[in-house]
Amino acid sequence: MRVKLRNPDRVVEVKGPKTVVAMLDELDILPESVLVIKDRMLLTRDERVDDSDEVEVRPVLSGGAGEGE
Amino acid sequence: MKCKVCREHAVVDIRRHNAAFCQDHFLEHTRNQVARAIKEFRMFRADDRLLLAVSGGKDSLALWDILIDLGYDVTGFYLDLGIGGYSHRSRDLSISFAERRSAKLIVRSIETEHGFTVPELSALTGRVPCSGCGLSKRYEFNRAALEEGFEVLVTGHNLDDEVATLFGNVLHWNTEMLARQMPVLNERILGEGDDARVALVRKTKPLVKLSERETAAYAVLRGIDYVVEECPMVEGNTHHHYKHAITQLEESSPGTKSQFYAGFLRKAADRFRDAEVSADDTEIVACISCGAPTVRRDTNESRCSFCKTKALATKRKAEPARRSPARRRKSEA
Repeated sequence: MRVKLRNPDRVVEVKGPKTVVAMLDELDILPESVLVIKDRMLLTRDERVDDSDEVEVRPVLSGGAGEGE
Repeated sequence: MKCKVCREHAVVDIRRHNAAFCQDHFLEHTRNQVARAIKEFRMFRADDRLLLAVSGGKDSLALWDILIDLGYDVTGFYLDLGIGGYSHRSRDLSISFAERRSAKLIVRSIETEHGFTVPELSALTGRVPCSGCGLSKRYEFNRAALEEGFEVLVTGHNLDDEVATLFGNVLHWNTEMLARQMPVLNERILGEGDDARVALVRKTKPLVKLSERETAAYAVLRGIDYVVEECPMVEGNTHHHYKHAITQLEESSPGTKSQFYAGFLRKAADRFRDAEVSADDTEIVACISCGAPTVRRDTNESRCSFCKTKALATKRKAEPARRSPARRRKSEA
């Protein structure tokens, strides 16, 4: 499957089929830190992604100044 | 996974609630969490005029969308920080959202208002970029709210933001900041009688019951186009490191974040607040440059942090052949 990663934007190949959580584990990404998007819809961590699929792994943690810094 | 409410196909799982939701029920859950936070912490009334600090990111745009749907009179405020293409793109996304929802938006530029961008401020003063940025934003948000006559300032700080800040404040035992880390900060009045005036507008954080993953999921499911790229100046930011550490804890033990934050509010926050009030409440005076509240100094020239930083940046910018702050410190030592 083609997996689009962000910050910086890049594409990596991961062998499918796999569950979302197994795919993220292979990419060493914490599921709590991302959304997985396929065809503009969100996938839960138990969903299966096929070898022919294209998904985006979008980080959700934003940085910047905490209050008081 | 199945939706907790209707048993249809779920699109978002929230492990700390041990629940998953379909699209419709997730959007409902998100709006409910915001409405509950507003009610629980008595953030604002139905007829208050709200100024929402908008960055073009997922949190502020999602919150804007929700506050509009909940029926509030909310105006967006975008402050252009002058961080190159990143600022251009986030400004354009904020304007696009406002047009799409027919919402009111005020746009200001820190360079136009004060003569320097955030990257310039950092280079001129040697201040860490995120620190100078945070200082400038807090100052400008408050100034805009006062000048434009808003009763309440609203920010998109979410649960992860608050937990990371709390974590940092506890690590450093920053008791002054712990006293102020609340979902609501009341307005601050300076002067008495006819001279009394609001110097700091009321500040509220309606997203404190929602994680970043939830606000991002809300934005995606609502088709809100937000700036996904990271601010180019965030590299090495400690707040960001705290978030990653806390996310690892949350992954292995769901609910850690909300327990930490809710426990602080319930069991500890009052103790720090009481200590701060008795310690320095009488030392707050108006900044001699802008009138904002600041701590009284030994001299008669009490100036707020922003005005001091601005004065330094302005002075150094005017120097003909300015050396870097690092070299300056070395040669002055």
